[in-house]
Amino acid sequence: MNPKYRRLFIIILIVFTIALATQLVLIALRDNIIYFFTPNELKIKYGDNENIKRKIRVGGLVLENSVVKNNDIVNFTITDNKNEILVVFNGQLPDLFREGQGIVAEGNFKDNKLIATQVLAKHDENYMPPEVADALKKNGAWKGDKDK
Amino acid sequence: MFNWLANPNRFSKLTGNLQLPLIILSTTMILLGLYYGLFDSPEDYQQGDAVRIMYVHVPSAWLASFLFFSLAISCIFYLVWKHPLADLISNAIAPIGAIFSVLTLVTGSLWGKPMWGTWWVWDARLTSMLILFFFYLGYMLLSNAFERKIDGSKSASVLAIIGLINLPIIKFSVDWWHTLHQPSSILRMDGPSIDKEMLLPLTLMMVGFSLFSIYLIITNVKTMLLEKKCEALILKLNLKEFS
Repeated sequence: MNPKYRRLFIIILIVFTIALATQLVLIALRDNIIYFFTPNELKIKYGDNENIKRKIRVGGLVLENSVVKNNDIVNFTITDNKNEILVVFNGQLPDLFREGQGIVAEGNFKDNKLIATQVLAKHDENYMPPEVADALKKNGAWKGDKDK
Repeated sequence: MFNWLANPNRFSKLTGNLQLPLIILSTTMILLGLYYGLFDSPEDYQQGDAVRIMYVHVPSAWLASFLFFSLAISCIFYLVWKHPLADLISNAIAPIGAIFSVLTLVTGSLWGKPMWGTWWVWDARLTSMLILFFFYLGYMLLSNAFERKIDGSKSASVLAIIGLINLPIIKFSVDWWHTLHQPSSILRMDGPSIDKEMLLPLTLMMVGFSLFSIYLIITNVKTMLLEKKCEALILKLNLKEFS
């Protein structure tokens, strides 16, 4: 074989092998790579929340009408439209936090509630001026916020 | 065609004519893009004015990835066809790409604090972007780590080719895993999910940044070629003194 093509062949082989190895590693580490679990995934993986002994991150939408503020302590429910998790948080909420917004809460489970040490807002991929958002909401074509 | 272009003199001649139009066009587009982005585009319904960080963040991220792709392809040309010019081009791209990845990380962090509520999280998108930056650093360090430049070039090229695998991971990280980072808004199956008025400054900035990078790469390569010429001349002079 022409040495040029032999070198090319070796490079392609190297890339292919390492890509395969990387893929296997990523699949094996999936649970560590994902930034949060949704409430439903937690249920499938652990069954009862009491089985979760480590610090964990849960992501989903803040359920409508579930936010109760009591002095500095906020209670709310995270949902993925299949399952729900109660969250108790004592701290600074991000500006984007509100009902219907995607958020990620980190903490430990206690008495079937997530005692959150940090709450982060998850922003979605829709970018538009306020007038457009209002118009979409009016004519019923709104699909932001609720997406994920 | 690649063999034809790989001649340094031809390369200098061809690209020399491009430098002036490139710098004029790119600065105009970046200035226009900045004007539209900062003053004449709507704020976002959720993010308010913080959305304007996107006009620097997204083009930087796109260029950091695309420049690494070009760097690695150029490394393949160097390893397979052994064109010295391909090595120079990779060397010229590396610092520019590294700066764009820093810019991506810094602007993203500045946006993340007010929007997410944190400067940094170890989610798949942010981490893979950081790894891209380390690949740039690794490439630059390795290519100058050997006594003979050719050894450095070869090993750094292999590193860059391995780094290619990181690119699809960056791009698809937001689809494969749950991340805090939002999914793609532009390159997606059902068309961009960004308002048209915001897409205009974003496109201007993207094209402007790309043209500006090409200008920088050409300038870098030309400087390196001149350096080589100087070295050769000095060597010649020294030889004459000896004889």
